[in-house]
Amino acid sequence: MAERSFKKEVEQLRIGAGETFRGEGILGITKALLENGVGYVGGYQGAPISHLMDVLADAEELMAELGIRFEANANEASAAAMLAASVHYPIRGAVTFKAPVGTNVASDALANLASGGVTGGALIIVGEDYGEGSSIMQERSHPYAMKSQIWLLDPRPNLPSITQAVRHGFELSEASNTPVMLMVRIRSCHVHGAFEAKDNVPPPLTVKEALSNPQRRTDRIVLPPYSYIHEQEKVNERLPNALAYIREHGLNEFFGPKHGKVGIAMQGGMYNGVVRALQRLGLADLHGESDIPLYVMNVGYPIVEDEFLEFCEGKESVLVVEEGAPDYIEQALRAALHKAGKPTQLMGKGPFPMAGELTGRVMFEGIEGFLREVAPEMLRAQNRAPNEPQEGQEIPDLSKTVPVRPPGFCTGCPERPIFAAMKLVEEEKGKHQISADIGCHLFSINAPFEIGGTTMGYGLGPASNGAFDGGGEKRPIAIVGDGGFWHNGLTSGIGNQVFNKSDGVTIVVDNYYSAATGGQDILSSRADNPTKDTQHPITKAVEGMGVKWVRQIDRTYDVNKMRDTLKEALETDTEGPKVIVASSECMLNRQRRERPLRAKAIKEGRRVERPKFGVDEDVCTGDHACMRLSGCPSLTLKMPDDPLRDDPIAHIDQSCVGCGNCGEVADAAVLCPSFYEARIVHNPGGLERWLDRMRKSVIGWFQSRRAAKRLVWEEPA
Amino acid sequence: MNQAAPILETGSRDARLDQIVKLAVMAVGGQGGGVLNGWIVRLAERNGYVAQATSVAGVAQRTGATIYYVEMMPDTGKQPVFALAPAEGDVDILIAAEMMEAGRAIMRGFVTPDRTLLIASTHRALAVSEKIVPGSGIADAAEVRRAAEKAAKDFIAFDMDRMAEEAGTVISASLFGALAGSGALPFDVESYRETIRESGRGVEASLRAFEAAREAAEARRQETEPAEAPKPPEAKVAGPKALVGEWERLVARADALPGEEAQRLARAGLKKVVDYQDLAYGAAYMDRVEAAAARDARAGGAEQGHAFTANAAKYLANAMAYDDIIRVADLKTRAPRTARIDKEMRKGDEHLIRVTEYVHPGAAEFVSLMPAGLGRWVEARPKVWRGIDRLVNRGRRIRSDRVLGFLMFYTLGGLRRWRRRLLRHQVEEAHWTEWLEAAEARLPRDYALAVETLKARRLIKGYSDTHKRGLNKYDKVMSGIALVEGREDAADWANRLIQAALKDPEGKALEDALQTVRSFTTAGAA
Repeated sequence: MAERSFKKEVEQLRIGAGETFRGEGILGITKALLENGVGYVGGYQGAPISHLMDVLADAEELMAELGIRFEANANEASAAAMLAASVHYPIRGAVTFKAPVGTNVASDALANLASGGVTGGALIIVGEDYGEGSSIMQERSHPYAMKSQIWLLDPRPNLPSITQAVRHGFELSEASNTPVMLMVRIRSCHVHGAFEAKDNVPPPLTVKEALSNPQRRTDRIVLPPYSYIHEQEKVNERLPNALAYIREHGLNEFFGPKHGKVGIAMQGGMYNGVVRALQRLGLADLHGESDIPLYVMNVGYPIVEDEFLEFCEGKESVLVVEEGAPDYIEQALRAALHKAGKPTQLMGKGPFPMAGELTGRVMFEGIEGFLREVAPEMLRAQNRAPNEPQEGQEIPDLSKTVPVRPPGFCTGCPERPIFAAMKLVEEEKGKHQISADIGCHLFSINAPFEIGGTTMGYGLGPASNGAFDGGGEKRPIAIVGDGGFWHNGLTSGIGNQVFNKSDGVTIVVDNYYSAATGGQDILSSRADNPTKDTQHPITKAVEGMGVKWVRQIDRTYDVNKMRDTLKEALETDTEGPKVIVASSECMLNRQRRERPLRAKAIKEGRRVERPKFGVDEDVCTGDHACMRLSGCPSLTLKMPDDPLRDDPIAHIDQSCVGCGNCGEVADAAVLCPSFYEARIVHNPGGLERWLDRMRKSVIGWFQSRRAAKRLVWEEPA
Repeated sequence: MNQAAPILETGSRDARLDQIVKLAVMAVGGQGGGVLNGWIVRLAERNGYVAQATSVAGVAQRTGATIYYVEMMPDTGKQPVFALAPAEGDVDILIAAEMMEAGRAIMRGFVTPDRTLLIASTHRALAVSEKIVPGSGIADAAEVRRAAEKAAKDFIAFDMDRMAEEAGTVISASLFGALAGSGALPFDVESYRETIRESGRGVEASLRAFEAAREAAEARRQETEPAEAPKPPEAKVAGPKALVGEWERLVARADALPGEEAQRLARAGLKKVVDYQDLAYGAAYMDRVEAAAARDARAGGAEQGHAFTANAAKYLANAMAYDDIIRVADLKTRAPRTARIDKEMRKGDEHLIRVTEYVHPGAAEFVSLMPAGLGRWVEARPKVWRGIDRLVNRGRRIRSDRVLGFLMFYTLGGLRRWRRRLLRHQVEEAHWTEWLEAAEARLPRDYALAVETLKARRLIKGYSDTHKRGLNKYDKVMSGIALVEGREDAADWANRLIQAALKDPEGKALEDALQTVRSFTTAGAA
């Protein structure tokens, strides 16, 4: 069950010509795929295209009606490999994943696909996870397209442009027998907009039909001598065909006057940012009509050199707006000008910083700086000679006050106690070499746990301890999530450890979902999924790989057990890799699942217990040791109403879901007796009520007996 | 080549651009910023506006800081070009769903005096880095408030989280209400309500929070501190007449102390120790405080505002009411506690409450409960000690709402009667006596240092290992204070040592500070 359901929105995918489609970018892309006769789709989830996978999964029924095959691939490599169907068959296929990490994983398949070329249109929709909110290393997908010769579309970030790019992507792919990458940035995936819909088109040849009539062409297979021929074909046939298609169909766009002293060339994705800066400079109107000629490169690769040279004709200076480093496009444009012997001056990085996101301010300052240098007469007086705003007072610097707020474990997260246990082991046995992995568990790197070293890639946690797996005085520990485990960790990590007789310990953090990407089901998910086969235990897979020492923990909140099991793994004499599978359901998903059921049960009068933790204010001494083993959002601080105390004390707010971590940690770490668990019982039975009354009267008798003999302070209500 | 006629007069902006409303929401992941974002878009569309909203999903939603962004303007039939992200200096309305997020917005330049209305909820969602400091690491919201007053064109701030909670919903509803009440958007209030109704879930609660916040924002409320409950009057005492009489005599002694602060703290301290033990204990406390006050007076305390007496009253009460099992058990078995839990759980008459206590006593706690002689005998015999530890040291979960579990705590609480004869008491009494004497000894020579010596007591807190660590830090600080004694800036250094000790649990900052102290105090000797 994914974090967000698109069931309702997906209904809109059925609309036809003449109607207007409204929704998020990813939904628009899905609609465009259906309108363009796609035969099969697949991919692997990850921000920013996680929701695209969720949309596809929710649209599975509709796609089945049209004869379209949907596959939730094991990883990006298998997604890219699926495009093999378009090599010999004239079937359009599309896959999606996060980039550039997904492109990295998929690069083997992508390179082979690009070498042999395709018959049916092959579209790789990459969600470029770059800039603010990104969770990965900051790189570009651009060089992947260049090195394998895959065309790269980078449309303007609005729904009509993005959906048109889907159509052109397929057609361009078919016209040049080359796979096409459609790049969508974080914000354009989630931008709300509208476009004119068309009718959905079933694929002319379905994959089912293709199965009945298998085809092959030896010259499309990447084997000598054909691989040498492919290389020639790429530059001599496919590239010219692609350039012709791009020119002919006007994929790149021109805005503003044709001529001018200066011009701006930009990646399609940068268009809105550029226009906003021009608007602020008084050089473009509301609708983007610009005083400066604009060349919008909706195709990032290949560069259409002659088109660009025409744009430069008569211009003294042209600015290239390109996000991220290195500046591949600027270099290519520079080379084109140089080869053609053109005098136009080209600027890019210079007015713009060498690296980093082109945020509103950077864009404004970059373009303003460029104009101030080459065409100051276009700027308003105040921009020409900018004065620092002097009016008003200085705004105080808050950088020392405002705390950083990195992402962390959610309230009640079952991974928290795993790392609390690891922290306790660390206190007892010292620090260990720990390799981390991609996934929610990576948040253990931050305070309060500060556990885990490197992260080398999804599912590569165990593999990145390879150098240490020969053993030593202390064993290395690797962490991998269930998502990463099935993505490739089972083979690249566990299998490899078995084969190399590793001495290391691996903790598989199993939260029943691919949780960090939005709670998609995976092989070991416990849920029944009508279209997928789930409930395959990780322990079985690990044992099947040949691991002898395997422990399953079914309740990660049991910090004592977690700690003892980890200690056992670090101490056991058993040879070979040690694997602990620590399983408890992702709390976000669990709450989403249970809350409505609970509310319903309470309403129907059934007995329901709801737990929540609390802190005895007078017992808590305010040393915050519990915080250092938790970091739970619901475990927070408050100032006690007592003039004798200096420090804030622990307090559990209403968001507590009663996971138990507080109590377990207090117990395992022997912290303090201030935590209690209170369970509120809804709809208790008659006997239970009677028993409660009896207990209350006995307890009450004792309480008043003692209270009568001492002074009691009546707290004012 | 000829330049084509410009679209706009040189030097002018398209005036229609001013019709674009740029609104950013800065929230903490999990606060429901997405819901608010969706409401704002639908509100705009309902009022004949075109709107574009974007957000950054992904891991930023997992309790991290996150931004939502909306641009909107009246629909003219032709699509304007909207930006996808807020630009510094170019935001009209900034909604901060938490006080430090308001600070972050200011830091990032999204709040500027020429245009930005800042709507901020003053409550705090503490960041992990604020919570893990052993002392107080909570960021200063007042600083953010001061910056906001300067940075924003208009500033609306009150606790919208509490408002939502009181209405039984989440903060998005009260933020939406504050937006409505601010009047920053040219939409009538009913269309906001319609938007909420249309969303269909928890409508009633959402509307309640919406209205409360709308009214507050209309009144341009600026409760820049999270609403603090008015200081309650001091609690009234009740009990057997003889006891009350004796109590009043003790209070009179506290009130006879010099200085209001000292009186206030002594009254609070008195209540703490009497509640902890009995009136005789309170009398002992007063004896000690009065002795400290007498020395204070001799050392010229009047000029110092009787700081020594006040601090002695404060920290001696804490020292005498040391945290032992008896106290924990006593506190957990009182009737008002049951009432407090009921309230916190929002228990109705139709509900029952089950309470489980999480306790984990070890041999140390157990032995400290023994009579002093026996306790010392055990302490001298590691084997016996280990045997006891094996027997008692494990986590226990006790249902205190059941009779047996309750009686266990009740019995332990009843040991109060013998407390003064137990080992722990002797240890503690010796410790605080030594501490007080050390402070008093410094009084005639260095008043400020004597006060700091009292304050070092703050470092001792917690149970078992944490308590041990606290004691350890206390010892280190006291040894550091001994090193600087006699210097002009001794008190200043003592204060620095105490603050350093509160910075991190391992005592790294303290170790560094001590290193510095040693470098200038023992350098000559080496």
